[in-house]
Amino acid sequence: MIKVENVHKSFGSEKILKGISTEFDRGKTNLIIGQSGSGKTVFLKCLIGLFKPEQGRIYYGDNAIQDMDDEQQRKLREEIGMLFQGGALFDSMNIEENVMFPLRMFTKQKKADMIARVNEVLKRVNLENVNKKFPAEISGGMQKRVSIARAIVNKPKFLFCDEPNSGLDPKTATLIDTLIQEITHEYNITTIVVTHDMNSVMEIGEKVVLLKNGKLVWQGTNQEIFKTDNEDVTNFVYSSDLFKKIREVQLKEG
Amino acid sequence: MKYIQDIGSYFLMLKKVFGSFTKTSVLRHLIFKEINDLIISSLGIVAFISFFVGGVVAIQTALNMDNPIIPDSLIGFATRQSVILEFAPTFISIIMAGKVGSFITSSIGSMRVTEQIDALEVMGINSLNYLVFPKIVALMFYPFVIVLSMFLGVLGGWVAGVYGGFTSSSEFIAGVQEDFIPYQLFYAFFKTFVFAFILATVPSWQGFYMKGGALEVGKASTNSFVWTSVLIIAANYIITQLLLSS
Repeated sequence: MIKVENVHKSFGSEKILKGISTEFDRGKTNLIIGQSGSGKTVFLKCLIGLFKPEQGRIYYGDNAIQDMDDEQQRKLREEIGMLFQGGALFDSMNIEENVMFPLRMFTKQKKADMIARVNEVLKRVNLENVNKKFPAEISGGMQKRVSIARAIVNKPKFLFCDEPNSGLDPKTATLIDTLIQEITHEYNITTIVVTHDMNSVMEIGEKVVLLKNGKLVWQGTNQEIFKTDNEDVTNFVYSSDLFKKIREVQLKEG
Repeated sequence: MKYIQDIGSYFLMLKKVFGSFTKTSVLRHLIFKEINDLIISSLGIVAFISFFVGGVVAIQTALNMDNPIIPDSLIGFATRQSVILEFAPTFISIIMAGKVGSFITSSIGSMRVTEQIDALEVMGINSLNYLVFPKIVALMFYPFVIVLSMFLGVLGGWVAGVYGGFTSSSEFIAGVQEDFIPYQLFYAFFKTFVFAFILATVPSWQGFYMKGGALEVGKASTNSFVWTSVLIIAANYIITQLLLSS
């Protein structure tokens, strides 16, 4: 579980996060949603320690990241898997080397064992016979799946995903969402997904946190999000024509 | 003010480069890769330029010798001095600032833009040590490139001088051996090491701390070449003043 208490973050005079407090549960896909510029990615980068908040505390289990020394933070990061918006695969390495990278860095396994584990996770994300290809030689959707494989290869306790669906067609986006949720349940990990995609909210939002102008304005489940009267939620959810029409139908049907 | 901040951030970067080391087996692999990318792949262009510039130095010297009292051995002497003292260590380094420096900046800059550096950081890896330290180690082999440049520069001078009909082989070789001061080789290699360090770290700093997208990667590469060249020229002046003037 990850617990966040009153996190503030600014860049110069611009306040990005203004006192966010919430909890992200283990074994669930937790979604952080909000419009562009609402502070989602900055919040995510504070959670994983890439940005240091000026105020507030972030707990991984019982330990606040602010109280950890460099070595403890390094150890914690070995337990974190991250799926970046663009995949962030290493261009100079082939797929096998990319996925094997965390194992090479943090374990003393034999190469044969590492390759076996790489093949296992690649199979888990429905990719086979791509080991020797380079990231530039595969599609965007495949790159995302390789990135998921790299994130889970070292059996992390926490999985972070920054806009996993951006740039993907709806079918592939659904596949990626489903994969993230399945992996979360299978490995019983704490997963946090930053997105503004309402389809993701509907499909995998076991806990949803809505940010607006750097503040947490609503939290609940994907079932509750369609029932709440919170104005910020309705403004966000029904900003697309498709959801507006769904809303109209829902209202007509009572 | 920005320059002072930049200088500060450069030295802070150096401190981080030598902190929290990457796993030895991974580092070894990275160093060999960098030696291939930065040193081996530069040998061709260095050899080509050195041979022909050495030749040009010999021809220019010969054509400017109109006093019959000056011996032809001066062609060999002038070629040796020009190539060993300045051309090989300094001007090859400026050429390398264009070739190797731009490569380092653009490769690290692209990693920054595509969040590959963030990925390393999230995994708990000291990204500066992982990316920059192998480059520094690889460029400690840079003096071998300069030895090659010195040899081919003098050879180019010999070929141009002898086969161009400006001097005889024995006169040229006598000139090359004339008044040889071993300390000058120490001076040349001392500054080569300093230039190697500049070549590894300044372009890395430019790439690592760049912000923006593909366009900014291009701008950072250009800045990298400019600043690496400026620092090499400035360091050359300071080292020459300190080591050769007495």
